[in-house]
Amino acid sequence: MNKDDQDRIKKLLQQAMPPVKGESEPRRDLWPAMLRRLNARPAAPAQIGWAWFDGALAFGLLGLAAFFPASIPLLLYYL
Amino acid sequence: MQNDESDVLNQFQQGDAAAFETLFHQHQRAVYCWVLRITRNPAAAEDLTIETFWRIFNVHARFDPARGFEGWARRIATRATLDWLRSKKTENELSTEMLDEVAVPVEADPAVTAEIRLKTAMAFARLPPKLRIAATLAVIEEQSQKDVANALGISVAAVKLRVFRALRLLRKDLEKQGITP
Repeated sequence: MNKDDQDRIKKLLQQAMPPVKGESEPRRDLWPAMLRRLNARPAAPAQIGWAWFDGALAFGLLGLAAFFPASIPLLLYYL
Repeated sequence: MQNDESDVLNQFQQGDAAAFETLFHQHQRAVYCWVLRITRNPAAAEDLTIETFWRIFNVHARFDPARGFEGWARRIATRATLDWLRSKKTENELSTEMLDEVAVPVEADPAVTAEIRLKTAMAFARLPPKLRIAATLAVIEEQSQKDVANALGISVAAVKLRVFRALRLLRKDLEKQGITP
């Protein structure tokens, strides 16, 4: 897809979906709803949960990148 | 004034509820506008603004006052919106919303019919969410690639790549429907 193709698609997209312009405001005060949310359940401690397969996947990808460096661009493409 | 802001940020980082409320009132509009640009759905944008601040509250200890609040909040809002887009059943649910949202732009191209606009909007809704967000912000909303990169937590090069892939997939989808941009 060359630059002209990209420009045509961009123009069509902008015609189909005009930008949301201007400063919009919420239709209601959100603080009461925020308070309800805060009171509904205590805040969970901030931590990152790692399932075993997350680790296995990360290990596998690192191994793939280490043993087959040519796969790095492909991995980056799918990031 | 600067000290006041800095104090609020530091207090928030330590978990102070009053500081959180102050930040909520200061930034809710900016967060709402940002989310609305992506979702184009006011009700969803309101819910996602609350979700964003809920996440912000939960990770207050990770906040770095030196780096400012707005960019951090925008990044969390973008992540929350991405999660929301992923949870949607896309086309069927979005099509009715998008019918309302596909308004004729101020300077409408007469060659682009309402049907083409609708099909384009629906094809766009079928794109993978992470590509759709990048293209929405960079192409439709014309945000700078640097701002989009910061919001998505990726590099400018990755933003360019996502936009390119989004446009390419969109063109393929439209061509299948007999629309040649």
